[in-house]
Amino acid sequence: MLKTTNQKAWWLVTPVLLLVAFNAFIPLMTVVNYAFQETFGNNQFFWEGTTWFEKVLRSERFHDALGRQMLFTGMILVIEIPLGIAVALSMPRKGPWVSVCLVLMALPLLIPWNVVGAMWNIFALPDIGLLGYSLNSMGFDYNFTRQPVSAWMTTVLMDVWHWTSLVVLLSYAGLCSIPDAYYQAAHIDGASPWAVFRYIQLPKMKRVLTIAILLRFMDSFMIYTEPFVLTGGGPGNTTTFLSIDLVKIALGQFDLGPAAAMSLIYFLVVLLICWVFYTVMMRNEDQ
Amino acid sequence: MSQIEFKNVRHAYPPPPGQAPVYAPKEASPTWEDGGAYALLGPSGCGKTTLLNIISGLLTPSEGSILFDGQEVTQLPTTERHIAQVFQFPVVYDTMTVFDNLAFPLRNRGVAEARVKQRVTEIADMLDLSDRLGQRAAGLTADGKQKISLGRGLVREDVNAILFDEPLTVIDPHLKWQLRSKLKELHQRIGMTMIYVTHDQVEALTFADKVVVMYDGGVVQVGTPVELFNRPNHTFVGYFIGSPGMNVLPCTVDHGQPVFANTRLESGYPVDKNLSGKLEIGIRPEFVSFSDDGIPVAIEKVEDLGRYQVVTVRHEAEQIKMVVGEDQAIPAQSPKISFAADNLLLYRDDWAVETEHA
Repeated sequence: MLKTTNQKAWWLVTPVLLLVAFNAFIPLMTVVNYAFQETFGNNQFFWEGTTWFEKVLRSERFHDALGRQMLFTGMILVIEIPLGIAVALSMPRKGPWVSVCLVLMALPLLIPWNVVGAMWNIFALPDIGLLGYSLNSMGFDYNFTRQPVSAWMTTVLMDVWHWTSLVVLLSYAGLCSIPDAYYQAAHIDGASPWAVFRYIQLPKMKRVLTIAILLRFMDSFMIYTEPFVLTGGGPGNTTTFLSIDLVKIALGQFDLGPAAAMSLIYFLVVLLICWVFYTVMMRNEDQ
Repeated sequence: MSQIEFKNVRHAYPPPPGQAPVYAPKEASPTWEDGGAYALLGPSGCGKTTLLNIISGLLTPSEGSILFDGQEVTQLPTTERHIAQVFQFPVVYDTMTVFDNLAFPLRNRGVAEARVKQRVTEIADMLDLSDRLGQRAAGLTADGKQKISLGRGLVREDVNAILFDEPLTVIDPHLKWQLRSKLKELHQRIGMTMIYVTHDQVEALTFADKVVVMYDGGVVQVGTPVELFNRPNHTFVGYFIGSPGMNVLPCTVDHGQPVFANTRLESGYPVDKNLSGKLEIGIRPEFVSFSDDGIPVAIEKVEDLGRYQVVTVRHEAEQIKMVVGEDQAIPAQSPKISFAADNLLLYRDDWAVETEHA
């Protein structure tokens, strides 16, 4: 068999190669560059090996920030996913109220992060904010700029307010795609509402929920703007999540080496968790 | 098990604003005897599925009432009616195994686990699912899934009736035959009322003892396959059942005899002289034959179907189909046809004219 060897087709992939190179690979490599070297400016670099990684991985500050980040992400997922499903289940499936509900749900998603932070900051002010003032006048000792518990509560509440809608919309889309025949069959089979949820709605929503959890995980794990505007990471360090800490190290202290090493570790953590979660969720899907 | 009775049931889905509601079914009052095998036959969109959903309680009719053994059930929810229903497209609970799927209707009703196991094994055996009981239902092919749906309908023992809504649409032809005869066999064994919706006359005629023909939202005839063939009540039944369908030809009545193409036709029964309205004769292609003397026609087409030939002839504007035996010759010159007197039917405004000995 005679086959002409022609490698010209490779040229066709150059645009995408260039795009990926400038968009992801080269920036990432500059970070890698900083992560393994020390610089004092003037473009002078000294090889440091894995020093920065060891330093970051051993530092209590990183452990604390990672711990806070895990706790925060865990909390918002535990609240937003069930709440989102519940809201989606109670939304009307047809009729004029559908569009009203959808618009209401979409509203928080349209507000920019820093505006959300500012809104909640004002809303929660203990002396003049509606939330802060009401809580205090009801007898709760609430002050998000001074008490860690108040600060956490406000941050979590803000995220729930901002992002539950996303889970609602995705779940609602999943629910709408279930054919009527399933509900009819369940009716005939005498299934209880719980059984309908457990054996029809939940399995049919599995794919969209996987996406919803992944999106919420990634976004909340990388959250920066909203808590930065609301609490600035305080009081003390109590709401300093990974991104806020990273910015403090990189731009506040100008410790480029440790900051670069931390970025890479941060990135790998997100990647690893997403991969494990997705693999576990999808293991039975292709049957 | 019980007799199911409809009293003036009709149903309309909410109409678009400004339009009159369209009833489908309209004024259906059939009675389904206990233990019968019924087929509900009719073209798509005539209200067959709606009628089933009214029986099972998935839908409450806008008017009329339904009685089970003389007891009013119109407002009873589905679960209290004890009706099993199988839908056109397979419904399986993806996360469960085949066994759990089949056991689901029983477990929901608190049947003892030993009995559940026994029933499921029995049904699985019947549907050839025994070797797949431990498998996840999501992994099955479309017909495997539909077998599970059928199984879930058949597994319960407390049901008043089992309703099938075109259940074999997704199953391939060879398996269709098997499953249909399984259902028939099962009906003979357990004697449960079964109502089988289909738009396929072969399916209806092979499954049912009694066929209910629906047309345009109404029930036009209830009868055995033979009755539907020999004495269609309505011209629609005439062409819907039989292949090719009945010839329906305009006619007049003169001195008590139907007249078509200036020919007085012999018919098996005396006709009232004062008939008015749209009059038509109905004659099955099987009962039209060539003769030396009769209505002159022109031959348009001859289709040889192996055991017999279908000949299309024309008299002026009217096309007439006839079934001619394989060995019979088709006259080459000036063919004439005649109709068998005993099988000639007369219709007024699409409905059969009552005969004295029918």
